[in-house]
Amino acid sequence: MNLRAVWAIYRVEMARAFRTVLQSIISPVISTSLYFVVFGSAIGSRITEIDGISYGAFIVPGLMMLSLLTQSISNASFAIYFPKFVGSIYELLSAPVSYLEIIIAYVGGAATKSIMLGLIILGTAALFVPLRIEHPFWMIAFLVLTAVTFSLFGFIIGIWAKTFEQLQLVPLLIVTPLTFLGGSFYSIHMLPGIWKTITLFNPVVYLISGFRWSFYGKADVSVGVSLGMTLVFLAACIAIVAWIFRTGYRLRN
Amino acid sequence: MGQTMPGGGRLVAIRPVFHRRRRGAWPELSGSASIAGLHKTPSDLYQVTFSSRPFFSMSSIISISGVTKTYATGFKALKEINLDIERGEIFALLGPNGAGKTTLISIVCGIVNRSSGSVTVDGHDIGKDYRAARSLIGLVPQELTIDAFETVWATVNYSRGLFGKAPNKAFVEKVLRDLSLWDKKDAKAITLSGGMKRRLMIAKALSHEPRVLFLDEPTAGVDVELRQDMWAMVRRLREDGVTIILTTHYIEEAEAMADRVGVINKGEIILVEGKAELMRKLGRKQMTLELRAPLKALPDGLSRYALELSSDGGQLTYTYDNQSDRPGVASLIRDLEAAGLQYRDLDTKNSSLEEIFVNLLRQEP
Repeated sequence: MNLRAVWAIYRVEMARAFRTVLQSIISPVISTSLYFVVFGSAIGSRITEIDGISYGAFIVPGLMMLSLLTQSISNASFAIYFPKFVGSIYELLSAPVSYLEIIIAYVGGAATKSIMLGLIILGTAALFVPLRIEHPFWMIAFLVLTAVTFSLFGFIIGIWAKTFEQLQLVPLLIVTPLTFLGGSFYSIHMLPGIWKTITLFNPVVYLISGFRWSFYGKADVSVGVSLGMTLVFLAACIAIVAWIFRTGYRLRN
Repeated sequence: MGQTMPGGGRLVAIRPVFHRRRRGAWPELSGSASIAGLHKTPSDLYQVTFSSRPFFSMSSIISISGVTKTYATGFKALKEINLDIERGEIFALLGPNGAGKTTLISIVCGIVNRSSGSVTVDGHDIGKDYRAARSLIGLVPQELTIDAFETVWATVNYSRGLFGKAPNKAFVEKVLRDLSLWDKKDAKAITLSGGMKRRLMIAKALSHEPRVLFLDEPTAGVDVELRQDMWAMVRRLREDGVTIILTTHYIEEAEAMADRVGVINKGEIILVEGKAELMRKLGRKQMTLELRAPLKALPDGLSRYALELSSDGGQLTYTYDNQSDRPGVASLIRDLEAAGLQYRDLDTKNSSLEEIFVNLLRQEP
């Protein structure tokens, strides 16, 4: 195991986060605060409790997931796309580094950043609404699992993308809509009949539901199913990454 | 270790047979044999093992065998390349644009997958034993591709770490000082001039102490002073035992630097030759005589030399090479005197590597 290489890549990735602190940390914190002002205070004050939880507190896990998903994808996709774009990827490809080490370093870096961000958002939320976390272990587990899974997903997008437009395409057209429709701001029990069924095809529903359960002990779908779906998505991403590296897809061809 | 075996194999180890073999611990055992000098050793006590891998370590540091590359578009960039790079030499790979130079380098360095064939670096297969192979290689690519927002110090240390080397500030400092980059160690790459970026690329490649250095068009777009500095650096590296492979458009670069020259065209190596040998074999010589009095026509006695007479009749040119069966200069001079021709001046010149190169490519179908 070339641990020095893993550390070298990881450190560069983390250094970039701190170099672009405004974009990486402050901007998501500001946008989350705005969500609390708009949804939590302005609109939320007119909404009664959901599952016995005040609306402001109800949306916290969903907002954290929203940032976690988008930031994991954007961190990891940019991290691998940028060297591809400027050409400096030659160094990574010519180094004595295994695919596993590359993944650990890039995905580890991207996941660390988004987990840090998730915790910062949690801290910000605590300033606005009273919070309780009933299952802290599972909260951390869902946080880490989601960050790693979607960093892997972002890594795949970064390798697939040939242009900056393609880099933004999947997050904007697929991930953001799925996240908004995944129960960030509502319980899926509030949806009319057919939509309740359709929404179960949205994988983000399971992530948010499981994460919200770790906070308040209430979930739209069972926690076991949530965990299972997250693991299935993780396995799918690992399989795709393995295929990418085995074939050299858009890297060594 | 390293003794050549019958059939080209290499002695790997002699082990007492009671040692239990861990799975994967002896990776390249391909047979057992008794060898001279060991006949007194009871064969039931010792197992002599050797590898079928050819023995490269004494001469070739890179061995490329039957390598082809066909891109997904169907373009055949390399058609069966066979090439050995000698340990410690400076090898110049010449070829026109699109000949396959960069593809070949990229395959050896692991950046591009080959379609078929094998490559070993110091005996390590670039596929099966990629860690050992790649850790020996430093690459300076043609394009200036650096993370623009990193500092010089950070990016060079990053390269060292990427190649699994322990941090060594003193060594990195030496590399930067040697390349006149020490004053810029805290500058971001984006603020450097083109020449400094090129030096930085070299510093990154040298940061992990490679034994083989690939320089892909190292002096493209570089001013004369920096070019001279680079040539001096390459010579110093060679003195330290580093093998250097450079591709270049500048033939004079190959002429000034290389021990051997390879010419690649349309994905095929069309020639590999020691530079001096190449110039001797294919180099042409030209002798020009300034006549005291212009000539209208060549005297009959000189017809066998196929001399060229300038249009004003004042200059005679004789072209010859070492391999031709044309008569030599000495007999020409004797015959000139016999014909009563007097000349004011005489000039000879060797053809340059560039002329040889152009002639070679012209001969290609």
